[in-house]
This record gives sequence, C-alpha cells and structure tokens, in this order.
Amino acid sequence: MESLGIIAGFWILSGVTVGASLAVFAVRNLLHAVVFLILAFVGMAGLFITLSADFLAVAQLLIYAGAISVLLVFAVMLTPMANRDNANSLYMLPGGAFALAFATIVAFVAIEVDWSQLRGDALNGRNFSTTVGDVGQALLGPHVLAFEIASVLLLAALVGAIVLVHEDERAPEDRGEAA
Amino acid sequence: MRLRLPFDTQIDAPSRFPTGIRQVITRPSLPGLKLALAVMTVFGLVSNVAIGVLVASGALDGEWYDFRDLGIAVGQLREGLDDRFDPAVSYIVTMLIGGIGILSLIGGLLIILPWVERRLLARFQIRRGPNRVGPFGLLQPLADAFKLMQKETIVPRGADRFIYFLPPVIVFIPLMLVWGIVPWAPRMVYVDTNVGVLYLIAVGSLATLAIFLAGWSSNNHYALLGAMRTVAMMISYEIPLSISLLAVVLMSGTMQLSGIVEWQAAHNTWFAFLMPFGLFTFFFSSTAELNRTPNDIAEAESEIVAGFHTEYSGMKAGLYLAVELGHAVATGAFVSTLFLGGWSLFGLEEWIPPYMILAGKISLIYFVLVWLRSTLPRFRLDQLMAFAWKFLIPLSIIYVLVVSLEASIFARWDVEGLIPLVIFAVVNTALAWFLIRRWAAVMGYRPGVEPTRPLMATGVGGLRAARQLRGDA
Repeated sequence: MESLGIIAGFWILSGVTVGASLAVFAVRNLLHAVVFLILAFVGMAGLFITLSADFLAVAQLLIYAGAISVLLVFAVMLTPMANRDNANSLYMLPGGAFALAFATIVAFVAIEVDWSQLRGDALNGRNFSTTVGDVGQALLGPHVLAFEIASVLLLAALVGAIVLVHEDERAPEDRGEAA
Repeated sequence: MRLRLPFDTQIDAPSRFPTGIRQVITRPSLPGLKLALAVMTVFGLVSNVAIGVLVASGALDGEWYDFRDLGIAVGQLREGLDDRFDPAVSYIVTMLIGGIGILSLIGGLLIILPWVERRLLARFQIRRGPNRVGPFGLLQPLADAFKLMQKETIVPRGADRFIYFLPPVIVFIPLMLVWGIVPWAPRMVYVDTNVGVLYLIAVGSLATLAIFLAGWSSNNHYALLGAMRTVAMMISYEIPLSISLLAVVLMSGTMQLSGIVEWQAAHNTWFAFLMPFGLFTFFFSSTAELNRTPNDIAEAESEIVAGFHTEYSGMKAGLYLAVELGHAVATGAFVSTLFLGGWSLFGLEEWIPPYMILAGKISLIYFVLVWLRSTLPRFRLDQLMAFAWKFLIPLSIIYVLVVSLEASIFARWDVEGLIPLVIFAVVNTALAWFLIRRWAAVMGYRPGVEPTRPLMATGVGGLRAARQLRGDA
C-alpha cells in the first residue's frame, strides 16, 4: 500500500478529481461543467482502484461516467434555458449549507474511525483477494431486502416511463372524454 | 458492332472490352519468385520441426525464453526488479512494457488494416482496391495518413472550441484501455482484473459521451443527428450485449477473462457451441456499437453526410476512422475470447504460441466483419431500434433464464466429461431456433409472403456480368 506508485497515483487522481470538481463551479458554460463533472467521476473511479476496490471502480465508471453522464448531457440539452450561463443564483445558499453539513459528516467519520486497524500490517493481514464475491454475498445475504426494494423501485420507474409516453389508441369517447 | 457518335470519334464497343481487361490481368512470370518460395517453404518446415522437438523435450517450460508465453519473461523481470529496487520501479517498468505493447499493437494494426479492409472490400465487389502505392499497394494507409496530417484543421463557425477539440482524443482512450484485459496467453495479460467483463462494458460505454460531444460541438445539424442516433443505438444495444455477457459469466462462474478462457480450455468446448444465440447477440450488438455496416446508421452517408464527424477534418477525422477500425479488431478479440475459446485450441496451444491462435481467431472475426460490411445493406434507424428492443432483449432475457438453470444444474451434476455440455448445447440451439421462429411469427413476420431469395442480384445481371468479366462461361 505504501509503495511509491500508489502514493503518486493517489495524489495525481485526487488532484484531478478536486480540480475538476472546482472547475464545475468555476466554468460558466453548462456543458463544459458537465464535461468537468464527468472528469471528476473518472478520477473517483481511479481513486477506488488505488484502494483495490476494482468492482466499485468499474461500477463507478459504468454507471456515472458511462450512463449518468449521457443522462446529464440530455438533461442539459432539453433544458429550455440551457444556453444561459452557469450563473449565480439563490440556490447558492442552501447548496452551501448542504455542502457544509456534508463536509462535517465526512470529517466526523474520518476522526471517529480507528485508522490503526486499517493500515500497514493489520490491513495486509486481512486477505482481500476479490471484491466481486464479497459484494455479491453481502447484497444477497444481509442486504437482500434493500436489494429487492431497489429492483422493485427500478421496475416501477420503468413501468412509469412506459405509462407516461404510452399513446392511448382508443377513440376519445372510449377514454371517457367528451367527443 | 460500331457505335455511331454525334462527333467524329469512333469507338469499338463491347467486342474489345474483355480482351483488354485480360491483357491487364496477365502478369510477367517470375522464375526467381518460385525458387524463393520453395526455399522459404523448406526453411519454414525445418524450423517448425526444430521448434516441435524443442517444445516436446520440455526444455522451454517455465523459462523466460519460452516464446509461447511472453508473460513468463515479464513476470521474471518483475521478480528480479522487486528483489533489487523499490516496488515502484517494477510497477513503472511493467506499465511501460504494457503501454508500449498496446500502442505498438494498435499502431501496427492501423498501418496494415486499412489496406486489408479495402482490398477485401474490393474483392467482394469485384474490383481491385488500392494497388499503386508500394508493393501490392501496401503503403496506401501510410500515404493516406500523411495526406490527412497535411490537411488544414478547420473549425466550423459557431463551434464550441473547447469541446470540439476534446472528442478525437477522448475517443481514443477506451480503445487503448479495452486492449488491456485481452488474455493473449495464460500469463500474457496486461490487467487480469477479476471484473473483466464489467470492465469491458464500462470502457465500451465511455465512447458514447465523446461521440455525443463531437456531434454537439460541431454546430451542424447533421452532426447532431448522427450523434443522437449513436447515443440512442449505444444505449439500446448495451442491454442485449450485457445480457449475453451475463450468460457467459453465469456458466463459467467468473468475470475474469482469463478465467473464462481457462473454463473453455478445461472443458474442451467453446461458448459458441453452448450458447449460439448469445454469440449472435454479442456480435450483432457489437457491430451496432461499432458503427459498422449493417448498423452504421450513425454515419449513413446517404442520409446525414458522415454523422457526428461531419465537421472534422484532417487527422481528427482520421482518428475517428482509426478508432472505428481499432474497435472492430477489439470486437474480434472479445468475441474470440468470450465465445471462441480465446488462446486455447483444444490442446494445440501447447505447440502453437497461444497469442498466434488468438490472432488467427481475431483475423477470422475481422474477416466476417468486412464480409458483412460488403454484403449487407444498411438498416433503417427504426428497424435497428425495434430489433434491439422488440427482438434481442426479450429473447436474450429468456435465454439467460435458461442458461442460469443450466449453470445451476451443471454445478450440481456429477457427470464426467462432456455429456451435460453436449446436452446443454443441443437444448440451447434448439431453443434458439424455436424462440427466433416463434417470436418472429408473434412480431408478424411471414416468411412465405415476403421474398426470401435475392431476386435483384440475378435480374440486373450482377452475377452474370461478374462471370463474363472474369472470362469463364
């Protein structure tokens, strides 16, 4: 873990991630902001790799950099006032408050965790051969309820999307509308 | 017969035409060439026998000069470096070896493959293809590359300059990344990650965004239309692609690509036999993601100029073409790794270097891709979308259900040898046949009503004309 390559990788990746995240706020053009956000996602995937969490890294790449990014671009393009700049707005205030609260939680966790168990020989003692099997066991073992609820939620979203765009082919009077 | 033309020129019409062509075809005989070929054949046979004796004696096994697996040499180099230096040194050295290997592989492919593709296409279309630049026209791709580099870089008015210059670079990254997980031999893998299949899907989806940004930033309606088509197609075809990969993962019980190849080698079978419908789904979805004819609606020349790269000029357009070509070969690599046994060939990998076997399979798949490109007409956009959503996805969901049942049977059934696998292969093939026919009938396709034979090809005289041109009949 303490090898030079991992340390260099960590600093480069965190620099890219933080820089890209800041650029999301600094850049005026909305689509440029989306591009920087995706760069931040990719940097996060790289950070997961330095932590040997390869499944999480690939999932991050697949879901955020691959799918969510396209969704974001579509959302920006379908927004009527997207060509307006990434201007200041009143959302700055609740956004700032939320960011502060989130940073407090992260700092609290970082201070409270006993890091002596998670570094050096104690870490190497726990043999992390693969994360895929562990994630799969956890999903279908202790967390099976959350897993099933998520699948039902996704199914509901799918059905809802179909219902929203479905064209009713019946005649107007059959639909209960005045002809 | 002489044609009478309005002006004073007289042309000898058809009679002289075939003989003229035949004169062009005849080549001067080369006595030295035959001798050289004979010497080379004898040399090849002798060296093959020598290599066979060397392999059979077992002198090579596990040594660094074992040419059958270059991974052994790299592994021993790493161990030696780890003994002497910081782990970072061996990390950087291996990184450089792998990176340079992948770059030179892609570079070499890009130098030779455009020529191969154009010659093959020409062959299919009964013409000659590039044959002027260098021997047999081999230097044509280099000449094209130099021409592209000299061209002016044009930025269209109103283009978003920042985003306009990004996509040609971004689109190259997945191509390089995706080659990293291809197992060329038991130990010859750059990144043997245990989420290989997921990695393949994830990296493949990265190109979508680059293509979309390219189309959007060009400030051109055709480019935006092409980009929209690409995104729609990639999102649709990712689902059947992932499901077909899921079937492979269920059966082999691992997401590691080398593990999948080893499963096929250990059971002396290919997933192509076990799940032919999965192979078809993966192959077809890959051609859709690749933007290759029959599925190249994203850059359909007759409809939207060149799709998302309409406004790119010079080497930027060249990069898009290069990436397309590289992805076609990568598809060959993954089809052969996942469905055609990868580096294994029923025990022959002990004798032939496994990477040669894989290269042979890749060329086979690439040939099929070129064959499809030259043979099939382009689908319409709605046909392609309907094919993904109404045909491939429901059928592959049924299919993955059956395969998962079989996988759980296979895990519990203590029968030696190939018996369960043969049964599964027969069941799956019959199921694929039945499902495709039934589903086509449900979807309203009536084979008896619609013509099944290509009436036009013979009616217009395509084949007959070809035969006459060749001189037979």
